[in-house]
Amino acid sequence: MFLKRGEIMKRILFPVCLFVAILTICSFLSCAKKTEEIRIGEFGSLTGTTATFGISTKNGIDLAVEEINAAGGVQGKLLKVIVEDDQGRPEEAATAVRKLVEQDRVMAVLGEVASSRSLAGAPICQNAGVPMITPSSTNPKVTQVGDFIFRVCFIDPFQGMVAAIFASDSLGAKKAAILRDIKNDYSVGLAEFFATTLVSRGGKIVADESYSEGDIDFKAQLTAIRAKSPDVIFVPGYYTEVGLIARQARELGITVPLLGGDGWVSDRLIEIGGSALNGCYFTNHYWDGDPDPAVQSFVSTYKKRLGGNPDALAALAYDAAKLLVASIEKLASEDPGAFKTLVGVPDAKTGKLRKEALAKLRDILAATRDFPAVTGSINIDENRNAVKPAIFLTIENGKYKYVGKVLP
Amino acid sequence: MQEFLQQLVNGITWGSIYALIALGYTMVYGILRLINFAHGDVYMVGAFAAYFAARLVGAPGPVSLIGAVLVLLIAMGSCALLGVAIERGAYKPLRKSPRLTALITAIGVSLLLENLGIIVFGPDPKFFPQIVTSRQMELVSGVVVGRHQIIVLAVSVLLMLLLQLIVLKTKIGKAMRAVSFNKQAASLMGISTDNVITFTFAIGSALAAAAGVLVALSNPKIDPLMGIMPGIKAFVAAVLGGIGNIPGAMLGGLIMGIAEVMVVGYVSSTYRDAIAFALLIVILLVKPTGLLGTGMAEKV
Repeated sequence: MFLKRGEIMKRILFPVCLFVAILTICSFLSCAKKTEEIRIGEFGSLTGTTATFGISTKNGIDLAVEEINAAGGVQGKLLKVIVEDDQGRPEEAATAVRKLVEQDRVMAVLGEVASSRSLAGAPICQNAGVPMITPSSTNPKVTQVGDFIFRVCFIDPFQGMVAAIFASDSLGAKKAAILRDIKNDYSVGLAEFFATTLVSRGGKIVADESYSEGDIDFKAQLTAIRAKSPDVIFVPGYYTEVGLIARQARELGITVPLLGGDGWVSDRLIEIGGSALNGCYFTNHYWDGDPDPAVQSFVSTYKKRLGGNPDALAALAYDAAKLLVASIEKLASEDPGAFKTLVGVPDAKTGKLRKEALAKLRDILAATRDFPAVTGSINIDENRNAVKPAIFLTIENGKYKYVGKVLP
Repeated sequence: MQEFLQQLVNGITWGSIYALIALGYTMVYGILRLINFAHGDVYMVGAFAAYFAARLVGAPGPVSLIGAVLVLLIAMGSCALLGVAIERGAYKPLRKSPRLTALITAIGVSLLLENLGIIVFGPDPKFFPQIVTSRQMELVSGVVVGRHQIIVLAVSVLLMLLLQLIVLKTKIGKAMRAVSFNKQAASLMGISTDNVITFTFAIGSALAAAAGVLVALSNPKIDPLMGIMPGIKAFVAAVLGGIGNIPGAMLGGLIMGIAEVMVVGYVSSTYRDAIAFALLIVILLVKPTGLLGTGMAEKV
């Protein structure tokens, strides 16, 4: 079938023109709306092998932002979170952050859970002068990237130190053994700080064995540890291996408690370790059964909105978002002009003003003192790390039980 | 001394696992002169088959003895089928091709199984249910043997005896030996070499599946890539004992397991995987035919 020229106009060109026109109008409308938004970036592992980490974090941030927007936002301006998935890979994390900073021109970035991914994103935020807050990267190196990088969790040295204090004071341990994951910076760091603290308190490290992530057999190491008969075994690993280690330790007749850090935290831990974990202890950022009303109100809203119990990652993400918004509010009230330049999509003309405003936001974040957060009161120290209490949990008959809080 | 004995117990347990897997390598090599690199992944499939079979018999709740045996048999049976399928689908069409082609195909099948495993079972580890509760008993003072370890040892010894019985006393076993001695001559004598090869793959794969189930029983983390390292180590064990030689594979497996545990226990866990390759290099330098291997003139 052939069409005449007029027919072509009518049948093809006209609808196309109409479509383009509608698109243009729509984009203008959304642009008009966009200028009123406070744009915040978030990068995390929404897919990939550590997807549960990223999803928990996103849930926490979403919850905080919803609450703030429901209450009218910051000076009438609503928050908008632009989420980028890094698939759990550091190189993707760098790309994600670059997009957030350069293309979406967000005023601050939230993320990541894993220190390796935070370390990939942090230099980009630092160079662009955009504040970044990581909710749960505990490696000290992350905030050492520069003065625009913050965190709302405690750091590895603190965790290793309190574990050693707990071992010597509460458990009365004189001789400790260490079983560390040699391929994991987190585990190695914790083990170092545990050892130095314990030795400085008169304790002794009688065995220092290692394994690699992914191993399934630990009997050889545990047999060597057993021969030294320690009072406690420090296992600063991730939950998969820890569960297996606990099981094999009990099978070899080792009855002393195992001690660990926040890498233990997962619903899977007890599924893997079962009764072998009874009487073991680990540090965590928070506990969902904490009677503190702030914790309980967070847990109940989370349950209502998303179902299920929020884990420490969700709580930390919630805190990171809340701290950021509190700082933006402070900026808005102290320096409305600076706040205005940051709202919406900035144009090229405000380049210098925007840089100054972002630096002001950074200063406000750095001056955070006694910020009331779900995971405990946050003080930002001179290295932009959060100084806050750690919580000790124990496991009894397949359930977590609160032991106590250790103040920094 | 007590520590050494305990390490020996740990080593023998792993050794019997390696021996079970090594048997599959050695038998297939003995008959086809092919190193079946997909063998380690059959071991993985065995563990997963048992994982799903355990659901059928009532896990994660308590499972009767018959249930546990059934799980083992289902895993072995499904892997025997898988082994046959691999042989018929991937290797048989290449029987006339150069040996290198088959070797490359073996690597391809291995990668296929691993990645299919990731798609079907998911990339995150699964936890094998406790179908046999663990209990410990003391051998000498301080040397503990777990019920799982005894099961591992008992089942693998039983299977190895069974294999020896099949190879030495049955008609098909005689055919296997004949084919491994000289394929052309055997087929001229009226032996269906194709059937013998298929049977070898079925048995080898069933043994690997049994190893997978036994490992999952005592170390309950299973994932689609779990077969790579044990597969390579069992291969080294087969070479160590003399590839193509069945008692050699058992001996090689045992040496591998003990050497590995001793290195981890007394030196460092960093060398856990290195010891396998150190052993391989040493044996290739000193006695390339393996400990129990007899020099076989390469037919050109």
